[in-house]
Amino acid sequence: MDKFETFTGVVAPLDRANVDTDAIIPKQFLKSIKRTGFGPNLFDEWRYLDHGEPGMDNSRRPLNPDFVLNDPRYRDASILLARDNFGCGSSREHAPWALTDYGFRVVIAPSFADIFFNNSFKNGLLPIVLPSETVDRLFRMSSGEHALEMTVDLADQRLLPAGGEPIPFDVDPFRKHCLLEGLDDIGLTLQHEQEIRAYEARRREQAPWLFGSG
Amino acid sequence: MSAKTLYDKLWEDHLVRSDEDGTGLIYIDRHLVHEVTSPQAFEGLRLSGRRPWRPDAAIATPDHNVPTSGRDQGIRDPIARIQVEALDRNCETFGIPEFGMNDVRQGIVHVIGPEQGLVLPGMTVVCGDSHTSTHGALGSLAFGIGTSEVEHVLATQCLIQKKSPTMRITIDGELGPGVTAKDLVLAIIGEIGTAGGTGHVIEYAGEVIRSLSMEGRMTVCNMTIEAGARAGLIGVDETTIDYVRGRPHAPAGELWERAEADWRRLHSDPGARFDREVRIDASRIVPQVTWGTSPEMVAPVDGRVPDPARESDPVRAEGMRRALAYMGLEPDTPIGEIPVDHVFIGSCTNARIEDLRAAAAVARGRRVAEGVRQALVVPGSGLVKRQAEAEGLDRIFIEAGFEWRDPGCSMCLAMNADRLAPGDRCASTSNRNFEGRQGKGGRTHLVSPAMAAAAAVTGRFTDVRELQEEA
Ligand code: SF4
Repeated sequence: MDKFETFTGVVAPLDRANVDTDAIIPKQFLKSIKRTGFGPNLFDEWRYLDHGEPGMDNSRRPLNPDFVLNDPRYRDASILLARDNFGCGSSREHAPWALTDYGFRVVIAPSFADIFFNNSFKNGLLPIVLPSETVDRLFRMSSGEHALEMTVDLADQRLLPAGGEPIPFDVDPFRKHCLLEGLDDIGLTLQHEQEIRAYEARRREQAPWLFGSG
Repeated sequence: MSAKTLYDKLWEDHLVRSDEDGTGLIYIDRHLVHEVTSPQAFEGLRLSGRRPWRPDAAIATPDHNVPTSGRDQGIRDPIARIQVEALDRNCETFGIPEFGMNDVRQGIVHVIGPEQGLVLPGMTVVCGDSHTSTHGALGSLAFGIGTSEVEHVLATQCLIQKKSPTMRITIDGELGPGVTAKDLVLAIIGEIGTAGGTGHVIEYAGEVIRSLSMEGRMTVCNMTIEAGARAGLIGVDETTIDYVRGRPHAPAGELWERAEADWRRLHSDPGARFDREVRIDASRIVPQVTWGTSPEMVAPVDGRVPDPARESDPVRAEGMRRALAYMGLEPDTPIGEIPVDHVFIGSCTNARIEDLRAAAAVARGRRVAEGVRQALVVPGSGLVKRQAEAEGLDRIFIEAGFEWRDPGCSMCLAMNADRLAPGDRCASTSNRNFEGRQGKGGRTHLVSPAMAAAAAVTGRFTDVRELQEEA
């Protein structure tokens, strides 16, 4: 996983509660054997006017002009702003895969579904919980004539909206460490490489039949 | 030293390190891989430039998507073909041994692992598949994992885990003639419910378990997951050791002696404490048939479809009503009057040689009934198929009007071409009767292999013991 460094990006306001994982990435796209390439089908049913199926040329499909990500102001958004209970529904890991593949690095909402929240950290996507009033304020700031640009500083745990006051946020210290260091679960476990090797050596003595090809 | 459960022993044997909060890093001895849940894990390795920690600890085979007939013509369904080809390619790239679609050793992962001696007592075994619990029958700690964890195991040979609470189910008495391991596990789930074992590791004990064959024990552990548990376990005894001896990948010679001695400590110590204890009396269990859309919705073959009106819990009553509507059944219908039009004998629950023998014993000299449009027999592996053919079981099935297929998951989950049409009613030896599991709108009744064969030849659910008396 890449290290999560301070960046400045555009905020896309998705004014909905209970955005479920089937809305984030509809089930017909789960047949893919990849974990990349889901970006063009992120929010497929909202984003396009026709019905999407795997293998379609997305550049030729009719876009829904009313959907926030199709608004020219938010074209290069990397911060998603949403309402309560973002990411509810099935446990598919394809949801964070689709968001990051599209280019999102942060999702801000008053609350998240548990499994989505966990899956996000595993995939380098930072979910930030803010009080409803703060989220309201961000919706107002990002819905004006010009898009809102905001700096996300994970190390200092604060958001710096252009022309606004800094907004502090909470994050689990261990998860913060993992994101900043670019450690996924695998990276973390590999920090214990020596211990794993030592275990293997010990075990190979005790129970060699577990290591032979038989 | 205090008395330990089998789970304690397996946990301690595999603990690489543990954190203050009790989170453990657990070493994984065997990783079973199939085509549906592995592609993103391999892609993850590729994206991060990682290699498998110990490719020889994994074994792959395609099973979920493979066709069960006409294999020489390849796979027609493009999505299935892409997944199977991706598995072949990933195994080649990452050096993982694979039994390809046309290898005689190919089959359902949970059948071929034990069959090959690739799963041994005392191992930790994982697979991106919930029915990995099957392997607990050998006294190994086995559980299903998600795609991120598949990648984690490939890359590190370890998993991050917390220790689960334990539960012991002791089955006393004796199973009557014609009553099988499948009936036993269905009755257990009927009794404790599909959430009855949630998060627990369940150890099965008692005379009845001791008297079961390895095939029967695998059936019981396989369905442990349907009781919500994390894993099922059975302590090692002579039956386990006899089963493992001589398998292609089992240790041999001096190594076998050492292994066998080690395996003999793999049982719970007398006095070991479990978080929960359940006792079941086997003597009153008769052949079982599920009537609803959850494995706990089960009845004895001589019973009736229950009436939601008599259920006091309104939430349960509503669930029953919905299930009966989906299943197209009326309350109080005798189970023995429900006609079937499809029969499926297969899956990782019941597609081993003993299962096929039990079904063939009922089918022998009889004919699939008029109203039964399709009766499939899908062996669990190429080697089970070969063995069955050597014993002439294929002839018995074919002469009776069954179709004799190539190994795979098939109609257990209907990812390939074998599936029910809306409204079809199937007697199935698989493990899940969820809505749509065997095809959209399909109606699944879970039964044992002998009961499935009995339903095939009579066209309705029939107490197999009546047919066995006749024979
Ligand atoms: S046979 Fe059925 S339950 Fe078993 S692994 Fe295949 S799909 Fe899963």
